[in-house]
Amino acid sequence: MMQTRARRLAVAAGMALMAVPLMIATGTTGGPTAAWGQGRSDLVIGMPLEPPHLDPTAGAAAAIKEVTYANLFETLVRIDASGAMVPGLAQSWTVSADGLSYRFALRPGARFHDGAPCDAAAVKFSLDRARGAESVNAQKGYFAAIAAVETPDPHSVVVTLSRPDGLFLFHLGAGDAAIVSPASAAGNKQKPVGTGPFKFDRWVAGDRVVLARNPEYDGAKPALERVSFRFISDAAAQIAALKAGDVDAFLQFNAFEALPEFRNDPKFTVTVGTTEGETLLSINNARKPFDDVRVRRALAHAIDRKTLIDGVLYGNGVAIGSHFPPHRDGYVDLTGLYPYDPAKAKALLAEAGYPNGFDTTLRLPPPPYARRSGELIAAMLAEVGVRAAVEPVEWAAWLEKTFKGKDFDLTVIAHTEPLDIDVYARDSYYFNYRNPAFVRLEEELNRTQDAGRRKALYGQQQRMLAEDAVNGFLFMLPFVTVQNAKLSGLWVNRPVQANDLTGVAWK
Amino acid sequence: MTRRIPVSAVPAAVWAGAALVGLLLAVALLSLVWTPYPAEQVRVVARLRPPSAAHWLGTDHFGRDVASMLMVGARNSLAVAAAAVGLGLGLGVPLGLAAAALGRWGDELVARLGDLVFAFPAVLSAILLTAALGAGAVNVVVALGLFNAAVLARVTRGAALAVWRREFVRAALALGRGPLSVTLVHVLPNTLGVVVVQTTVLFAVAIVNEAALSYLGLGIQPPSPSWGKMLGDAQTHLFNAPLQAVFPGLAIALSVLGLTLLGDGLRDWLDPRHRSSGLL
Repeated sequence: MMQTRARRLAVAAGMALMAVPLMIATGTTGGPTAAWGQGRSDLVIGMPLEPPHLDPTAGAAAAIKEVTYANLFETLVRIDASGAMVPGLAQSWTVSADGLSYRFALRPGARFHDGAPCDAAAVKFSLDRARGAESVNAQKGYFAAIAAVETPDPHSVVVTLSRPDGLFLFHLGAGDAAIVSPASAAGNKQKPVGTGPFKFDRWVAGDRVVLARNPEYDGAKPALERVSFRFISDAAAQIAALKAGDVDAFLQFNAFEALPEFRNDPKFTVTVGTTEGETLLSINNARKPFDDVRVRRALAHAIDRKTLIDGVLYGNGVAIGSHFPPHRDGYVDLTGLYPYDPAKAKALLAEAGYPNGFDTTLRLPPPPYARRSGELIAAMLAEVGVRAAVEPVEWAAWLEKTFKGKDFDLTVIAHTEPLDIDVYARDSYYFNYRNPAFVRLEEELNRTQDAGRRKALYGQQQRMLAEDAVNGFLFMLPFVTVQNAKLSGLWVNRPVQANDLTGVAWK
Repeated sequence: MTRRIPVSAVPAAVWAGAALVGLLLAVALLSLVWTPYPAEQVRVVARLRPPSAAHWLGTDHFGRDVASMLMVGARNSLAVAAAAVGLGLGLGVPLGLAAAALGRWGDELVARLGDLVFAFPAVLSAILLTAALGAGAVNVVVALGLFNAAVLARVTRGAALAVWRREFVRAALALGRGPLSVTLVHVLPNTLGVVVVQTTVLFAVAIVNEAALSYLGLGIQPPSPSWGKMLGDAQTHLFNAPLQAVFPGLAIALSVLGLTLLGDGLRDWLDPRHRSSGLL
C-alpha cells in the first residue's frame, strides 16, 4: 500500500517536473495587458532586491537608496539623471576660494512629513550624526573632512572642512547624506520620515514598499499619487511580472536573454544605460599565489572579456581595463593592456612557478551577472590550468566572509558606488592591495581642485591598478530598464544609487 | 527463499523499467569514456542552437553541447542518488533489524529517531543542511541519505517484526540460537525483498530531490553539469528556446519512470501475495 503510494508520488513528481516548464512556456503569454496606462496615477516598479530597512544613513545596501533617494528623503545637493549636481534641500551654495568653507542656503518651505520644519538645525543634526563617533553610516568617510557645522540663521548652514575634499559636494548628493529630522531619525529604519515629494505609506515585508504623494511638499509636486516598489529576485518571475502587467517597469532587469523579446513587443520600451558598477574578478592580493603580480597578469590574459560580455550580458556591456567607468571624465582606455591570450597566461604562470596551474576557489554572490560570469570565468581559467572550484553563497555569507572577513581567493562583484577608485588606497579593503604610491596619488587628488590636474591623477591611478593587475577588470554593469511604453520620465542611466520617480508620468 | 520463476512470469513493467534504467546506466558509463563534446566546453558564439547533426540536442546558453551535458548529468545524478541510497541502506537496514530484534526501548528509540527525520521533508532538511554547511554534492548526499535511512529503518523493522513471529524463527530460538544469529540467518534474508523494492523507489525519489536541489543551486556545483541546474538555467529561456527545458525535464522524468516501473514490477515478482494466482 505504502509502496504503491510512493510509486505514484514518484511518477507524478517526475511528470510534474517535466511539465512545469512547459506550462510556464505556454501559460503566461496572455494576461490582463489591455488598456493599462490610460488616466493612471499609480505606478508599480519592480526591483531585484528588497532593502533590509529604509534608513539610507544607516546601511550599505543599494536597495535602501533605490527606494528612498529623492522620493522620500532629500539631500542638500541632488544628483540628477545626467549625474550633474543640482539644488536639493539647498537651493544654492558657495565655496570659499581655499575650498575649505561651504555655505548652503536652504529651501525655506521644506518640512518633514511629520510637520517639523527642515531647517539649519536639522541639517546640522544630520551631518553631525553621520560623522559622529556613534555613526553607523555606511559611507562615514564622505563626512570625515568636516571640521565644524554652523548655523548662522535658520535657513543657512556653513560647513568648514579640515582639508580640501574634491568630492565633498558630490558625496553630499549621495543617499547616505540624506537630511533627517532629530525627532524621527531613530525610527527611520521601519517608518522613514523625510522631506521628499513622497511619504512612506506601508511596507509589506517580502513583497513591496508603498509610497504616497506628499500633498504638503513645497516644490513641484510629482504626477504620480501612489508608487509601489515590488521586490522580485527571480529572473523568470521578473519576465512573467512584466508580461502580466503586475509591474509597470522593471529597473536593473537582469534577464538579458529576454531583451530581444521585449524589444520586439510594442507594449514595452527597453533602455540600456550605464551604472557606476565596475564588475571585477576580485583577487585576494595578500594570499598565495595571487601575491605574485605575474599570476594576476596571467589571470588577466586568461579572461576573454568579449565572450564574457556576450555570454553574460548578451552584448549589453562595455569592457573596462581598470577601475573607472568609460562615461566619466578622466577615463583612460586600458582594455588593450592584457589581450586575451591563453598561451601568454600559461607562460606567465610557468614563470611564476606554476607550470601545471593550481587549485583555487571562486566565490559567487547571488546576482545572475556574478553567477554566470563566475561559471564562464571558471571555464576560461581551466583552459590555462587554474582549477577554480565555484562556490555560490548568499549575500549575508558573502558580506561576512569575503567583504568583511577578507577570507577568499577569487570572487565576482560589481562595485556600484560612483567614483570609488579611492577604495584601493584603503588599507583595510578586502582586495588587500597595498601600494604607497597609489595612496600618495589619492592624497594629492584630495588636495586638488583643478579639473585638469584631477583628470591626470585619475589617469595615473587607473594605469597603476591596471599594471599591477590588482583585480580582473571585466565590464561595466549595464542599467537595463524594461518599462511600459506609455511611461515617461524614468532615468536611463544610474549615476547614483537611486530610482528617482519625481519626474515620472503616464503619457 | 529461492523460487524458480519462468521468464514469461516476469511482469512487462520490470522489462520496461529495466530497459530505461539500463539505458540510463549505459549513458552514464559511456560518459566516463566518451561524450560528443567536452561537457564543460563553452562556446558563446554558438549558444542556444537547435538540435542539428553537429549538436544532437542543440547547445545551451553558453554554447555547451546539451547531449554531452545530459550524459555527464546522468552520471552525476546516479552517483548522488546511489550514494544517498547506499548511506540509507547502510544505516537504515541495521537500525530496522536492531529495532525488531531488541523490541521495547530499542524499538522505541529507532521509531522516535525516525519521527525526528520525518518531521522535515527531505528537500527541506537538505536546504537546511546546505545553508549551514555550504552547497555541494556531499551535503546533499548526507541530507538525502539520512532521510532514506529513516524510511528504510521503518520498512525493515515492519518486515522483520513479521518474520520474528513466524514458526521457524521461534523454532530456531527454541533450539538455542541467539538473536544476532537469528537476525542474520533468518530475518535478514526474508526482509530483503521489501528492502529491494523500497530501494528502487527511494532511488527515484533521490534523483528527483537531487534535481530539485541543483535547480535551487544547492546541489552539484558548476561547471559540472546537472539536470536540475540545466532546468533552472532554461527557465529564463522559455520564451526564446523552450527546448532547453524539455531535454533535462525528459531525462529526469524517464529516469524516475524507469526506476518506479522496475520497483513496482520487482515487488510483484518477489512478493507471492501480489502474484496473480494463475502463475502459482
